[in-house]
Amino acid sequence: MTKTISPPVAPSRPVARAAEPRRPWLSTRRRRQLMGMAMVSPALVVVTVFFLVPLVMTFWMSLHDWPLLGDHSFTGLANYRRAIHDTDWLHAIRFTLTYTVLITPILLVAGLAVAFLVHRGGRAARVFQSIFFLPVVIGFAAGAFLWLYLAQPGLGPLADLAARFGLAGRDTNWFATATSGLLVVTAMVVWKVTGMQMLLLLSGMQAIPGELTEAARIDGASRWKAFLHVTLPLLRPTLALVLVFSVAGSLLAFDQFYIMTAGGPSNGTITAVYQIYRTSFINFDLGYGAALSAILMVALAAVSAVQMLLLRNSDHS
Amino acid sequence: MKTTLADVRSTLPRAAWWIACVCVSVLVLYPLAVMVSQSLKKPSEATENPPTLYPHGLSLENYRALGNTGQFGIWQHVSNSLLVAAGTTLLTMLLATLAGYGFAKLRFRGSGVLFFIILATFMIPFQAIITPLFSILHDMGLSDTLLGLTLVYTTFQLPFGIFLMRNSFASVPASIEEAALVDGCGLVSAMARVLLPVAIPGLISTALFTFFASWNEFFAALILVTDESKFTLPVTLTVLASNQLGTLNWGLMQAGVAVTAIPCIVLYLLLQRYYVAGLVAGAVK
Repeated sequence: MTKTISPPVAPSRPVARAAEPRRPWLSTRRRRQLMGMAMVSPALVVVTVFFLVPLVMTFWMSLHDWPLLGDHSFTGLANYRRAIHDTDWLHAIRFTLTYTVLITPILLVAGLAVAFLVHRGGRAARVFQSIFFLPVVIGFAAGAFLWLYLAQPGLGPLADLAARFGLAGRDTNWFATATSGLLVVTAMVVWKVTGMQMLLLLSGMQAIPGELTEAARIDGASRWKAFLHVTLPLLRPTLALVLVFSVAGSLLAFDQFYIMTAGGPSNGTITAVYQIYRTSFINFDLGYGAALSAILMVALAAVSAVQMLLLRNSDHS
Repeated sequence: MKTTLADVRSTLPRAAWWIACVCVSVLVLYPLAVMVSQSLKKPSEATENPPTLYPHGLSLENYRALGNTGQFGIWQHVSNSLLVAAGTTLLTMLLATLAGYGFAKLRFRGSGVLFFIILATFMIPFQAIITPLFSILHDMGLSDTLLGLTLVYTTFQLPFGIFLMRNSFASVPASIEEAALVDGCGLVSAMARVLLPVAIPGLISTALFTFFASWNEFFAALILVTDESKFTLPVTLTVLASNQLGTLNWGLMQAGVAVTAIPCIVLYLLLQRYYVAGLVAGAVK
């Protein structure tokens, strides 16, 4: 700015000042716009180079035979045709869907139950809220290694507990079958993610005016009835959001299976992302890996679209 | 004092509530207690079958042993993780503040569309574009570098950061900004002196989210970094798990898990106010 020191001014001054033709070739409005572009551009450059370009390249690579080293050649839709008949890929999809269908209702019910518990005033409720949220801030990798130990045959405390209660033999290996491995992984994820679901649902519950439930309670409804008939219906937008979060998260599962079951036994717990990882970075078949990624991306876009739809519909209620 | 029926009726649910909450707390905290107790056992006790409930002789041997496991020892990996997480956090804070201010206060033709494009990054996870990302980093000479990993993390934390910062700036009334401009501030110093203090809670939320996400991220770190000297902590845990095949030291591994998890727990307990506020703001939109 110029050297002129403005005196303490009344709010009416800026209009007059802005109109002054101090810089005839650049109006204040124009200057603000240029400034805006300049401030947004660093973020845009990063997003373009590391997101938009790879996004377009995914589709481009998927039309090629693209090994890690050596030349790539255009093959059209051959990769997609291959995917339709690829039993490994189809199995990975089926397993991913099984996992999603298994874990989504568990997470939703657990999240709702815990949110219902801590949805009240007072210091104790706040402390419990913090405790229940704690596993969320621990990474999936750390959580998976922790539970890998918990469930070790013979050595793990969970295996030990199960043995003491006579639920399983002391040396039963829970990672020996795909089904029991899946159950252990599910338990870990429920432990780690429920707190997140709780917090989102809680924020939705707190947005509902307290008078509504109070009115129901005065009319003689129990806490549970009030929750079922007043809170739950009003919670629909949050429920939709939480549902989509957990579905999208489950469709992208990788860390927990890579660490806890290594995809085994006999590739029984390979998820879609795991299969993409194996295709691109174990077999170095980048073109085919990109095609599988593109398929996954379309599936996720569909989930997001459903999310939008659900949220928009519930806005009217 | 005599207890009336009403008193009993009102205490019973309260007792039930306490019991339920304590039970859930035990379920939640039990694995964490195992992590700590296992890491403090002597190596011989850590592989006892059946396991001991708590360490019978406290020992820091596992933590000391972490210092020279793998080719490089844990401290190298702790510093890798710190570098990546701090770098990502600073870069995200800077870019998100600039862009958030631009999108909120300095609209220009097309800024709405650009904001939408950036938000679209939300919907497409980076697991889906990891294959070309790998080639692009390779072509830029950034494969196997912490800088490459930092840039990738920044890209995927930016949308949420920009979203939070835009909302923070947008909530500041235009009159405050105008007053600053009138007092002779330039646009940039108006942002730094007047608007930024108001947006500080949003900035802390952004920083916390970014730090947690980049500290804990596993998938991209596993793929984009293959040189063991540059492994971040979550990937290092796989080295701990595979080092002494057959005689796996679970005490050592839980010590590694504790080193990875405890900084996040401490940070969360200190700053949970901001973390929760940011999460709720982001989710409710």
